[in-house]
Amino acid sequence: MRTAGPVARWTVEQVLALAPDDASRRAGSKLGAAGPWSGGGCDGPGAVWGLCKGSGSKPYQTVVDITGPAYKCSCPSRKFPCKHALGLLLVWASDESALPPGEAPDWAGEWLTGRRERSAEKAERAEQLAADGTSAAGPADPEAARRRAERRAERITGGAQELEERLADLLRGGLAAADQPGYGLWEETAARMIDAQAPGLAARVRELGAIAASGPGWPVRLLEECALLHLLDSAWLGIDRLPEPLAATVRTRVGLTAPAEGPPVRDHWLVLAQYDTPDGKIVARRIWLHGRETGRTALLLSFGAAGRSPGLALPVGGTLDAELTPYPGAGQLRAELGRQFGVPSPAGTPPPGDTAAAAIEAYGHALREDPWLDAWPVALRDVVPVPSGDGWQLADAAGGAALPVAPAALSRPGLWRLVALSGGAPVTVFGECGHRGFDPFAAWSAGAGDDAACGTVQLI
Amino acid sequence: MPGTIAPAPSAPAPWEELVTTALLGTDRRPAGADGGPAGLLDAAALHTVRRRAGLLPSAPAARPEPAPVDPRPALPPAARRRLAQLLADRSAAGGPGGRRGTAPDLTELIPQWLATANRQGFRAPAALLPALLDAARARTDLRPPALAFAGPRGVWLAGLNPEWKFALRGSSGGSSLPGPTEPEAVARLWEEGLFAERVALLAAVRAHDPAEALALLATTWSTERAEDRLMFLDSLRTGLSPLDEPFLEQALSDRSRNVRSTAAELLSALPESALAGRMASRALSCVSPDLTGDKASVAVEAPHECDASMERDGVVAVPPSGRGERSWWLGQLVEATPLATWPARFAGRTAREIVALPVADGWAEELHAAWCRATVRQRDPEWARALLGTPSVPPSNGPGTASLAERSKLLGILPASERAGWVADFVAAHGLSEAFQILGVCPTPWAEPLGRAVVDALDIARDAGSYPWSFSGVMGLAERCLNPAEADRLEVLTTTPDEPEDASPGANGYWSEAFQRLVSTLRLRAAMDSELIPA
Repeated sequence: MRTAGPVARWTVEQVLALAPDDASRRAGSKLGAAGPWSGGGCDGPGAVWGLCKGSGSKPYQTVVDITGPAYKCSCPSRKFPCKHALGLLLVWASDESALPPGEAPDWAGEWLTGRRERSAEKAERAEQLAADGTSAAGPADPEAARRRAERRAERITGGAQELEERLADLLRGGLAAADQPGYGLWEETAARMIDAQAPGLAARVRELGAIAASGPGWPVRLLEECALLHLLDSAWLGIDRLPEPLAATVRTRVGLTAPAEGPPVRDHWLVLAQYDTPDGKIVARRIWLHGRETGRTALLLSFGAAGRSPGLALPVGGTLDAELTPYPGAGQLRAELGRQFGVPSPAGTPPPGDTAAAAIEAYGHALREDPWLDAWPVALRDVVPVPSGDGWQLADAAGGAALPVAPAALSRPGLWRLVALSGGAPVTVFGECGHRGFDPFAAWSAGAGDDAACGTVQLI
Repeated sequence: MPGTIAPAPSAPAPWEELVTTALLGTDRRPAGADGGPAGLLDAAALHTVRRRAGLLPSAPAARPEPAPVDPRPALPPAARRRLAQLLADRSAAGGPGGRRGTAPDLTELIPQWLATANRQGFRAPAALLPALLDAARARTDLRPPALAFAGPRGVWLAGLNPEWKFALRGSSGGSSLPGPTEPEAVARLWEEGLFAERVALLAAVRAHDPAEALALLATTWSTERAEDRLMFLDSLRTGLSPLDEPFLEQALSDRSRNVRSTAAELLSALPESALAGRMASRALSCVSPDLTGDKASVAVEAPHECDASMERDGVVAVPPSGRGERSWWLGQLVEATPLATWPARFAGRTAREIVALPVADGWAEELHAAWCRATVRQRDPEWARALLGTPSVPPSNGPGTASLAERSKLLGILPASERAGWVADFVAAHGLSEAFQILGVCPTPWAEPLGRAVVDALDIARDAGSYPWSFSGVMGLAERCLNPAEADRLEVLTTTPDEPEDASPGANGYWSEAFQRLVSTLRLRAAMDSELIPA
């Protein structure tokens, strides 16, 4: 381990993973050298600051709190983190001498002190709550809230019934009609489901629209998805008769979000992957975590409005000591990041992983609790990427089993990083295993030595 | 769909039938017990979930050969991060950016980084190989150092992705050339190998035993294609020696004109060769001391004809359009004549004295240009000095040549430190506006006093209120070639002074920005180099 800085440094890849988009990554890289920076430094509790010369006469004041991470910059950019924050972190990551340890200057200290006080207060309050065992944040008027929930459930029920009728109409006339150009049923129906306050149903309906144009074999896929949508409708309409965990899953799938309320789980969480997917007008960011002691895999989901990247950003390959609060339903994968203890460390232990057969079996098991699951997060141990026809497989190094790489991953540059890292030898791979195949998100070199030392290799 | 996970064998219900019914519609083809769409969807949902829950792994395809082991040591962590950053910037750089700003241009530093890493003998990090191969694919000048750095795993990886096919060219599929102890293998590869392999083999054998290489070449010479003969002959340029003369002399009668002229050119670079002697005696009859005046000078009587023996010795009879025949022939004779001929012809004068002699009848330019070409061909430093003259004299008044292209070739013959000194004096005397080309031949990092001269000249140009953008070429060179230790001295130039009245508007801000970029690039290069020092 290096000892030069009080806080363990991140890698360049980890910093670049924080960028909200390619343009910011490019702009940040340009500022990632000592040139434009002055008056910079870092301190023990995990703050980095610096002055960046811009086009004006007054340099921009940039501060980053690594523990969040949280950013503050005097520039007018609406990107978050802005290019100055990224550049500053790149300087910090790549040049140990550029930002010497020291005391934060006034302009940075004010914000930092405020942040640290607030987080200390929050921790105190959380501890008090834990000690009292009561929930202080209940709704102001429980009766009004119950009535609101009832009204919404009624609207969703109306939406589900309407959707059932439309599916029945479709099946009466035949799916072949869905292939006709200008078939407008899906968009219109999706809008109806939004009106019915069932965004989960709306999203599934919108996906149906894409299937008809998805190439050979589309009728099979369309029938499968129509059937699962029908299953979800039926489940909602008969939710009173469902056992509670399944009912919670159905509510989540329909689009009713319940607050994260499970007991918090504290662990050393390795950040396995972080990636953004456009979701209508907003951007959804998925961060996968793996707990070293509990062996749990968790998903942090955050959203960014148009033009802004989601607020939460964690360094891939780093480990944070933190509490996660699980959401109800769907195998309890989704969680909310709670209190963090100390600063993230830049390295971590990869998940132990399993065989290809065990991975696909785990997906099968997960379907029992959530039949709408497309894929289940798993780590594969000792697998070799193998070219197979037009695609790739991940084959057990020892056994005779292999999983096809999901079509979505075949066009990503990460696939080649995986192949290069393996070099024909076994690697550990984390990703989602499902009916479309295995979608790799991160990999670790199995061999000892320096390639193992470079830690988590991001594949997405 | 190829590669889908195989379904579990126990699926009794007729899924295909459900799909057909769904496609046609239950109105036309009633399904299941109730025949309605709800029953169909129920059955399909059951099927779908059952199929997904019962998925089994597929049979593995044949595994690729593992990548060969690369014994080179791994990069230090800081250097690894630096490379990731350089490559990330490359892939992020989209299209020509406008103003360059104060930050270093990272892409321009990749060649230097690769050269240092290769010199230190480090192995490329596996996960960065795809980005490295992509960079080499986009820029051909990066390919040799990038592929050397990528090593055997890079070639292995390139074999799996058609986009990186370029990496397999010339690498002879990763197999090494047979050594001198395996004559049968050498002969077989020479007979059957691809052209690139044969060129590499010839060079390897020649480095070990020149005579054996010529013998090998002679075995197939008459059956080679003309363009291949030309390439093989050209490869003899490396390690040319009097031993090659018989082979080259015989190539003077080759069927191909290009082969003949290349053979003649190579022979003329051997001052002891018979061809050089023949050319010298022809040249001596054309160029002589002028005995008529009272001051020493050079008299020129250009040849009146180009006979068959001259043509056999490589003289091209027909001049390019716009040039006179006789001066064209004269140039070729002097160019192929050993330079040692001239001091004897001019009463023991040195090269410098001969070049200083006046030349009669306006032949000076023609004669000096031919001497320049002879000097470059014979790599004679003394004549190079004489023809370059004193750097402080304006190029147009110099003794030798005014052409910057020829000057940079002549400079290439001088030892590195002398070259840098000459260019430094030139820059000090004439500024930078004409220096770009000759700066390019100076070894990097620029040795003193060259670096200082360039920085001073830039400073002067700024103070004079020049347009800064006319110096962007030299600035770019300076960023890559200045010694990184200069950064501290340059720091003072990064401030923005008050604008002089006659300066171009806005120039000062740009100058200070350019100097900032220069300083930050130098700092970055120093950091890059120190990160690549093996622990």
